Amino acid sequence: MNYEQKLLELVQKDERIVVLTAENRAAIRNLPSKIKDRFIDVGIAEQTMIGMAAGLALRGRIPIVHALSTFLTMRAFEFIRTDIGIANLPVKLVGAVPGFLSEANGPTHQAIEDISIMRGIPGMNIFTPSDETELINGLEQVVQNKNPFYIRYNNFPASVEHENFEIGKAEIIYPGRDVVILTYGFLLKQAVEAAEILKLEGKSAGVINLRTLKPIDAELITHICRDTYLVVTLEDHFKTGGLYSILSEILVEKEIVCKVLPISLNDKWFKPALLNDVLEYEGFTGEAIAEKISNELNKVNYQTAQYYF
Amino acid sequence: MSKKSETELKEIALKVREHIIRMSTDGGCFIGASLSCTDLIVFLYSNFLNVNKNNLKDPERDYLFLSKGHDVPALYGTLAELGIVEKEKLKNHLKTTDHIYWHPNTNIPGVEFHSGSLGHLLSVAMGVAWDCKMKNQNNKIVIILGDGELNEGSIWEGLLVANALNLNNLIAVIDRNEFQANVRTEELIPIEPLTKKIEAFGWNTFTCNGHNFSELEKTFELISSNQSKPAAVIASTIRGKGLPSIEQRADRWFCNFANDEVDMLINELHTRQKADLTSETLVVR
Repeated sequence: MNYEQKLLELVQKDERIVVLTAENRAAIRNLPSKIKDRFIDVGIAEQTMIGMAAGLALRGRIPIVHALSTFLTMRAFEFIRTDIGIANLPVKLVGAVPGFLSEANGPTHQAIEDISIMRGIPGMNIFTPSDETELINGLEQVVQNKNPFYIRYNNFPASVEHENFEIGKAEIIYPGRDVVILTYGFLLKQAVEAAEILKLEGKSAGVINLRTLKPIDAELITHICRDTYLVVTLEDHFKTGGLYSILSEILVEKEIVCKVLPISLNDKWFKPALLNDVLEYEGFTGEAIAEKISNELNKVNYQTAQYYF
Repeated sequence: MSKKSETELKEIALKVREHIIRMSTDGGCFIGASLSCTDLIVFLYSNFLNVNKNNLKDPERDYLFLSKGHDVPALYGTLAELGIVEKEKLKNHLKTTDHIYWHPNTNIPGVEFHSGSLGHLLSVAMGVAWDCKMKNQNNKIVIILGDGELNEGSIWEGLLVANALNLNNLIAVIDRNEFQANVRTEELIPIEPLTKKIEAFGWNTFTCNGHNFSELEKTFELISSNQSKPAAVIASTIRGKGLPSIEQRADRWFCNFANDEVDMLINELHTRQKADLTSETLVVR
């Protein structure tokens, strides 16, 4: 089953659901003929799409809107904040090609501040599936949730077996004692690869798939930060405003001292290229991630140091 | 719905203008735009829209959206006169104990959606209109736009898309008072020829005097009789209508009058004798 088939299943099951797009049909190209007037293509008009979604939600509908992440979250930002955010309407915003997935499009298409701006809206939630299986596993809960959601879409095949999905509950892929990588989205695969390499080096390396960034599984994160020497935040997002910021806020609030290594985009756009080349160039392959972590771990005798925390 | 006579409409509009004047002190309000669309709002609620205090949640009611938003005192005054909100409530204007502030919000019964950020509610109204059509309902979706608001690109995006989606249950009323916040529209960003522009976007377009109830009656009857496309009504109005001392004055957009000026202005409303205003003339919010 793919995203489109799951969406069709939900549309057929719940008459409240309507599907909108700002002429971004890649993931839903077969829906128009199947769902008729419950499919609305407004053309390249993201603001109008969001306003209409708000109007449809006022009438009791659950609109699921589609556009490229940049244009959805940024061109239409004030519409999302003002029409959906203020009224807390259950609109679901599906952003395509977020983060590195815009590949060779260039900075105009790089949604690497989307988490930052979406989480700043009161009541907005964020679903960051690591692959299409997880997207499908979580879709019904997210769609049926009474709050608005931003869905950082990706349709990659799964690289791990997933646990049952629950909003606000992270998934422990591996536990770890020396290092734990916190991540979301498709980079879960690279995180797992990095952990495998670190394990071969004799390190206890864990990986957490956060699944939703808002609500965030603060309980698990707190536990990990108290128990692990090094915590890594891995994300295809600016360092500011994303997972690194979310973690920092939790640490300050819970008064936890913890060593954190952010692997993210530090105040820069990424090199436009095909995905594998982007990962290589920007240092986000499993090997590159493992190397950064190894270097950090080797700076001190962490096996002794961890007992200070 | 029993329609009100022109005399009755004029009486209601006069009372609504009194409410607006009373809201333009102790902090003030956007009086100019409120007075320009008072007659439009009074007409729509009294003689066109199927909205009353008993059907505010009925999905088959008609809808009115105030897109420019700062004209909300005219809406609150009308809702008070029609018994949808308590008249006493208007005394809570700008008080933290209530929700009657400078822009519309849904805490007030009868307000369909919040506004204040220009260029938003056309698309929101389009979403409502689409859903009403999906359900084969015959309700009308009316939106009041400011002429200055037409500077916003999202309005033209909405005009384009509403035609594409064939939203023939949607009526946009443009309060054509010829002013933006501080400047005449034609002196800043000219929007004429407006009728031709909107027609070119695929809408049926009508013009009328927005202070003349019989013209409004005829125009809206014409629209209802056979609406095959989204319809736009360009209603010529006068900013500050009813108060000669502030009519068509660029510096009387937002007014915060001294308490004793309120009585003078209510007198002016009834006699058209200009009040001698001494309070600050230009307050930009």
